[in-house]
Order: sequence, then structure tokens, then C-alpha cells
Amino acid sequence: MRALHRLRTRLRNFTTRSRGDQPGDARGDARLREEMEAHMAAQTEENLRAGMTAEQARRHARLKFGSVEVVREDYHAERGLPFLESLMFDVRYALRVLRKSPAFSIVAVITLMLGIGANVVVFGVFNAILLRPLAVNDPQSLYQLRHKMWTTGKLLTHSYPAFEDYRRRNSTFSGMAGVYGYSGVELNWQNAVSELTGDEVTSNYFDLLGVQPEVGRFFHAADEHGPGSVPYVVLSDTLWRNTFHGDRSVVGTTVELDEHPFAVVGVAPAEFHGMERFVWPQYWLPMANEGQVGPGSDYLHSRTAINVTVIGRLKPGVTVQQATEDLNAIAAQLAKEYPETDDGQSLRLIHPGLMGDAGDVIRDFLWSVSALALLVLAAACANLASLFAARAADRSRELALRVALGSSRRRLMRQLLTEALMLSLFGGAAGLLGAELLLGVLNRWYRFGGPLAVSLDARVYVAGLVFTLSSALLFGIVPARQAWQSSPLQSLKNGPSESTHVRRFALRDLLLGVQIAICTLLVTASLVAVRGLGRALHAPMGFQPQGAMLVDMDLPRADREAADTLEKRKAMIEAMRSIPGVTAVGTVSRTPMTGGMHGIPIFQPGTTDFRIVNAVLAPYVFPMSPGYLEAAGTRLLDGRDLRWQDTTKTPYVAVVNETFAHKMWGQSPAIGQHFIVYGHLTEVVGIAEDGKYHDMQESPQPVVYPALSQSDTSEGVIVVRSRRTPSELTAALQGTLRSIEPNVVITLQSWSDSLADMLFPAQAATVALGVMGLLAAMLAITGIFGMAAYTVSRRKKELGIRMALGARNSQVMRAAVGRPMVLLGVGSVLGLLAGILASRLLQHLVYQANPRDPVVVGGAVLTMALLGIAASAIPARRALAVDPSNLMREE
Amino acid sequence: MKQKKDVQQGTLALMLLKTLDMLGPLHGYGIARRIEQISGDLLSVNQGTLYPVLLRLEQEGAIASEWGPSENNRRARFYRLTRAGHKLLEAEKRDWEQTAAIIARFFDAKAGDLA
Repeated sequence: MRALHRLRTRLRNFTTRSRGDQPGDARGDARLREEMEAHMAAQTEENLRAGMTAEQARRHARLKFGSVEVVREDYHAERGLPFLESLMFDVRYALRVLRKSPAFSIVAVITLMLGIGANVVVFGVFNAILLRPLAVNDPQSLYQLRHKMWTTGKLLTHSYPAFEDYRRRNSTFSGMAGVYGYSGVELNWQNAVSELTGDEVTSNYFDLLGVQPEVGRFFHAADEHGPGSVPYVVLSDTLWRNTFHGDRSVVGTTVELDEHPFAVVGVAPAEFHGMERFVWPQYWLPMANEGQVGPGSDYLHSRTAINVTVIGRLKPGVTVQQATEDLNAIAAQLAKEYPETDDGQSLRLIHPGLMGDAGDVIRDFLWSVSALALLVLAAACANLASLFAARAADRSRELALRVALGSSRRRLMRQLLTEALMLSLFGGAAGLLGAELLLGVLNRWYRFGGPLAVSLDARVYVAGLVFTLSSALLFGIVPARQAWQSSPLQSLKNGPSESTHVRRFALRDLLLGVQIAICTLLVTASLVAVRGLGRALHAPMGFQPQGAMLVDMDLPRADREAADTLEKRKAMIEAMRSIPGVTAVGTVSRTPMTGGMHGIPIFQPGTTDFRIVNAVLAPYVFPMSPGYLEAAGTRLLDGRDLRWQDTTKTPYVAVVNETFAHKMWGQSPAIGQHFIVYGHLTEVVGIAEDGKYHDMQESPQPVVYPALSQSDTSEGVIVVRSRRTPSELTAALQGTLRSIEPNVVITLQSWSDSLADMLFPAQAATVALGVMGLLAAMLAITGIFGMAAYTVSRRKKELGIRMALGARNSQVMRAAVGRPMVLLGVGSVLGLLAGILASRLLQHLVYQANPRDPVVVGGAVLTMALLGIAASAIPARRALAVDPSNLMREE
Repeated sequence: MKQKKDVQQGTLALMLLKTLDMLGPLHGYGIARRIEQISGDLLSVNQGTLYPVLLRLEQEGAIASEWGPSENNRRARFYRLTRAGHKLLEAEKRDWEQTAAIIARFFDAKAGDLA
């Protein structure tokens, strides 16, 4: 209470005083002076009365009172807040010092801005992807069932019947919900038609997640009474705002989805975007009504349609281990009950949000990039520390003078730290601003921003502040230490240019070495990334996306069924083939690298028991039309392509790839061999080259291309290879197809563009690492330049004398920039070694990263050498330009 | 070093409060003289050190001050104890007596007493 009272008064005094700049003219000071005068006068009078002379009386009074200055200082200390006051003095003085050397200050602020900005951006992404929890109730107890793999493949999903089995039989989850994440509908609202994508979910979904609606209500398990009984749709906040203009009255109205009426029951809260961070659904439909939307396949009753993501909430107290064992027991039961479809593979529980296991890759990547970003900041700090140390050495006279005049070392250190802090605060503010701008640009960039908005929240700001303060401490402590250790007498006696000081191995040299090592590491990392991306772009994919177009035919729903006849498809393909400039056209069920693939079991001829355990191989299967291989640019190595004449009435045929042929029949010729796929005895008529089918990293996978004309699916993507530009081709295709299908709307996408998403991680990594490498290179240049320039300026006199005594240019050069060069060499070697040791780190970052790659090593060495030359050229020239006679006269 | 100063300051403040309690409103010089007299000139404190302490006590609300005419018709600042100051003095006094009593007991204690 008393302390509070006092603090308030002191604060008031402090604030009222800080207006009047001089501490002397405040009211309190006048009062003290008057009091002291009165005091002294009274004492003098008393002394006079005691019989002293006037002179003696005054002297005695003064002696008795003590040092007026000390009293005054104590009095001030009691009155205001001395710590804050001296801090303000420090700050003001620091600002003045920094203003006096603008070049230094600007370089320092820019260095820090880059270092801190890079870290803030990286941390922002990190925060958005890894730290921010999903907007659901208790996300920690929520798990996704990762069905390790179905035969081969990389599925994260289960069949709906299997999901039901897990849900009913488990004893460890308080609830489970299924999500079909590939739903797409045509929304018809007030005669405006739009295509939407969203989730079809089990009716307990929202209750399981514990999400509350923003408007209206959600659907619940109690709403469901059999298939088609829940014609409700929940809108995402974005869809509601964009398409329905945020109109609350839309809740309760009916919209048409794929020509079926659905009642809009509610709107999800703005922060809820389903279970995946990178895919934001626009709506949620009850799975019970899935028959009314999308293509006519019914996945609710098929154990082979594996497309339901299963999420579950663990019961309180149940461990992941217990739940996994429980689920694996169920999986084993299912394998016994459904041997043809369920293979009883064990399950894993993962936290949802990052596309299953891709999460591991993303996490590793982000950790690695964060580590590299911190290294950039460390290099920046080392850079600034050596600059600061050099400055402190130059200012040693000033500092010594201050100590001699009675400034305490603690005060001096605080002064230097304040200077460092001011710089880093400016740098940090600039860095945050830059990061905000950069993230704004990134967010507008569709692939990055769309679903995943990286914003600066409180946590990022705090992180930025931490970066700022810790870097201030890192680079401020070096000169402060120097000031602490310096002896004022020594500094005052010697002039500022004692060359002996420079020759010794100084802390500055160590700092520069560290900085160069870090920079080499970063340059190596970015070279590795660039090289990895180059390889990824030119890796044999087994098809040539360049020059190929993917045709998306949009037909009104009514015409869709009719168009899906083989005859029509054949007619269309042939019509397209006849367009001048088109070299090949074909259809395939789906193009490679579009995710979510799984193997199809293959059996030896004569098999009658089609249990999965009897399968010999589980290749990817791509039903295709004749001409697809040519259109895709996949070489046919042997045999023939499929023909339109291959129909369900003729023997079943297929093209297989090399790996399939090799795995099935080894060295013996594969053409003419037979195997069973989809229950049909199929003959191999051709061998196609191997390629990449799921991702760039996969090992060679077996693949079968059966005839689309012999399979029961007719859906597919048309691939057109043409020499014409996309716009020309669109018009030509549109014209041609109109005659066959009048209502068709064609959209074309170049295959390369659609693959760009696949390569996005590699590109993002390359950009990130490239930027870091650039930053590092800039830091290396400023570091070496600073060091060399400083050496030259300090040793100007010595160099002048040497030249006057007849030193050769090469000798002068060695004296001037020799040391930075040596440090450059040592630092680079260390950095390269670190890069090689850190190859595991780098491998997480980019596909085919190999820091031992001679091109990378050579590139790094060359880069560092060039940087060294560039950075020391100016100081070296300055050293050579020293005119001894001028210099001598100057001093 | 710092602690010693604190103790001194605290002691000085206590003497000051007690003086004001005994003699009513006084100016700085008056307080200094009284303390000297009471302590029998045993304390070698610079009189000036009183003023920062007075200021602190005033900021804490234990004393209040106003200008008034002194005995020799000069303007002087007179300090007086406030209610809060009374309470503070009582509390400090109790504290001090307690401490003194405890220390005294330690000095009086003989080895035999503890057996």
C-alpha cells in the first residue's frame, strides 16, 4: 500500500519532470534548495551563538550538513525513478551516437531486418501449420485412423463398411466419424449455378468434433433414418459470405445440389475448416444422402471403395497404444470375415490435419527451415557483433574518458547494450513490417494462401520480440564485455591506432570465422535445394507433361449419363484427333501423381480363391483408351497399344510396365503372358516404360493399363498432345465437340500446370532455401567487407610506412586483406564440412538432396571465393591507394 | 554494502518518526538537532541525509509538510506525522522491540539454560 502510494508519486514526478528537460528547474529542486539554505542558516546562527567566528560557523555548518551534491542526488533518486531516468538518458545518447554514424546504423538495421524478418516469416508459417490447433473441441484426443496401406499404395482412407465395423466394435473410442473428402456438387441457387467441393460426413461429425454453428444448427445422428433421410447441408463461412452474401435468412431455405433439394440448416464458424489444414471444404453434407450427389457410385455399401477418412475421439484415460491394439484386433477379425477385400493390416493413429503422413515430411521440413533461419539470424548477429566490437575498439578513448570521469563500468556496459537494443528494436520493427508485407503477398498467392492463411498473431509478435531481444543480447554483449575489461589508463595512454591490437587473434576474427562457416552452410543448403529441384523437374517421370493438355468436359448433369457411352467417347476422341495440330489423344481413368492411389490385387491364371493373401502383386491400375500412351508421351517398349476393337466380347488385354513384367515373369518375355485383374483373365499385349505414379520419391512401381473399353468404368481424363497454343486448342476443341455434344463446356489445363501442385513443396523449399542462401551471401559480403575495410583503416599508417619503405603491392595486399582471406578459407571449409554432416537435415528439405554432390561442393567453394573477392576488392584497392607522403603529412 | 545503507536508512526513518511524534511539527533543522540531542551525539550522520528520507516518508504518506515561519523568521518547511505515520511508527516500534528482545535473549542465553 505504502509502496504503491510512493510509486504513484514517483511516477508523477518522473512524468512531470521529463517535460522540463533540465532536472534543476523542477519545483522539487527549488524546495530542497530553500530547505537546505534555511537549514544551513539556522546551523550557522547557532554556531555564532556558540561563539564561533562567522567564517568558522559557516564552515562547520557545511561540514555538518555533508555533501550538498550527494544529498541532492539521493533526493532526486527518491523523488523520481532513477532507473527509468538514466535509461532515458541512455536511449537519447544511443540515438545520438547512432545518428552520428548513419552508414553503420543503416547497415546494422538492414542486417537485423533481414535476419529477424526471415525468422518471423518462417515462424509465422510454422505457427500456422504446426502450432495453431484445429478449431475443434479438445483436438488432442482426436485421432485419424491411418490404415497403413491397402496392399500397396498410400491411402489414408477406409471403406465405409469397414468404418462402420470399427465404429461398432471398438471399445476405446468415445465416438468415430467418417469423412468423404472428395465430394463435389453443382449448386443451383436462384438460378445461379456454381461448382462446389466439400465433405460428406457421418451425421455425428459435428457433435464428435464439438463445433458450434455460427448460424442455424448442424445435423445430428438423431436426424438420420436411413439412406437419403437427411437432405440437409451446412455451409462453410466462406461460401455463406461469398455466394449467399452472409444472409442469415438463407438458413431454412432450400437449395438445389446436383438437382436434389437440400435444406440449408446452418453455417459453420469462420475458423472451422474441417479436418485438413490444406483443404477447406465449402459445405458439409450428411453421408446418408450421398446417393443424391456426385457421380452415381455408391460407396456406402462397397468394401472396395476405399475413400472414407475415419476420425475418432479417444475415451478419457485410454492411451494411443491401447486404442491401436483394440483396432488391430478388429482389423484381424475383418480380414477373417472379408478375406477378399480386407487384408487385416495393422493401423496407426495420427493427429489429423496434415494429410496423414505427409505431416511428418511437412514437420521435418518446417523444423529444418526454422533451424536454417535461426542460423541466418546467428550469422547476422555474429556480423553485427564484430562490427560493434570494432566500433567499441574505435571508441575506446571515449569510453576510457567516461570511466576516468567517474562513470561506472556497469553504466558503460548498459550504455553499449542500450545502443545494441535500440538497433535491434529498429531492425526488429522493420523485420516484422517486412514479414507482414511478405506474408501478405504469399497469402494472395493462391497455392499458398487459399486455404492456409498465414497471419501474424500475438504468438508471432512475441516470437519477433524474442528474436529481437536475444539478438540484441548476442551482438551487444561482445562490445559490452570489451568495455568491461578495458583499462582506461591504457586506452588513454595509447592512441586509438595501436596496430599491435589488430595482429593478435581477436574475438572479431572468431566471429567472422563463425559467420563465414554459417554462411557457407546456408549457401551449400540452397545450392543443394536448387540442384534437387532441377533434378526433380528433369527426373524421368515416364510421361511428358510438356505439350500435353488435360481436357475437362463439363456437361449438364442431364447429358452426363448419355455421354458416358463408349461409342460417344470414341467419337469424341477421334474428332479431337482429327483437329490439325493435334498429334495424339487418349483417355485414362486418372493421370499419374494425383494422389490417393492404391494397388489392385493381381492373381495367377487359374486362381479360384480371390482372397487378398493369394494375390501375387498389387500394381496400380490405369484403365486407358488407345492413344493414351502416345498422348502422355509414355514410350511403348514392346508389343502393341490397345485397340478400340478390344471390347468385352473379345479377349481381355492390357499393357503393363517394365516393373510389372519383370516382377511377374522375370527375364522371360512378358508379351502373351496372362494374369487375372478385376476377375478377368487378361493377356499382356504391350510393355510400356516405367515412370512415377504417386510421387517423385517412390521406388519403381508395377503398373497395369487395361483397356477402358473392357472395364466397367468410363470416367476419365482426356489427354491431348498438340503443337498448338492452349487458347487455339480450346476454341478448336470446343467447335469440334459441339457437333457431337452441343452443351459441352471445355476447360483446358496444361499438364505441367496441374503437376505444379505436385512440385510445389520442392519449389517452396527451393525458394525458401534460395532466399536464405542469398541472405547468407549478403551477410558474408558485409562481414568480410567490414572486417577488411576496418583492418585497412586501422592500419593505414602502418601500410603507408611499409609502402614508403618499399613494400611491394602484393605484400601490402597481404597485410591488408590477408586475414579476412584466411578466415574465409577456414570458415568455408568448416561450413562445407557442417553442410556434409547436416545432409540428413538437407535430405528432409529436398528430393534427391546430396551435399556431397561435386557440383554443389564446387558451387559453394566458387560462391564463397567470389564473395570474398567481391567483398575485399574495395578495401584492398583502398590499401593500395594509400599515399605514404600524404599520410605522413596528415599525422 | 547496500544492505547496511538500508538498515541505516530504516533506522533514521524510525528516529525521525518518533521525533515528530514526540515534539509535533518540526522543520528539517529542528529534527536534525533533536536527533543529535536524543542520541547524545553518538550518531555521526550528515544532517543532509535527512532530507531524502523525509521526502520518502512524505511520498509514502507517513508525514506531511507545509511552509511556515521558523523561529528566526525565515521560511521553513514544517513536517508533521499523519495518521498513517502514527500507525507506521507503532508497527515499526513493535517490530523493533521484538527484534531487540530476541537479540537480547540470545545475548542473555547461557549454555546451561538449554540443557
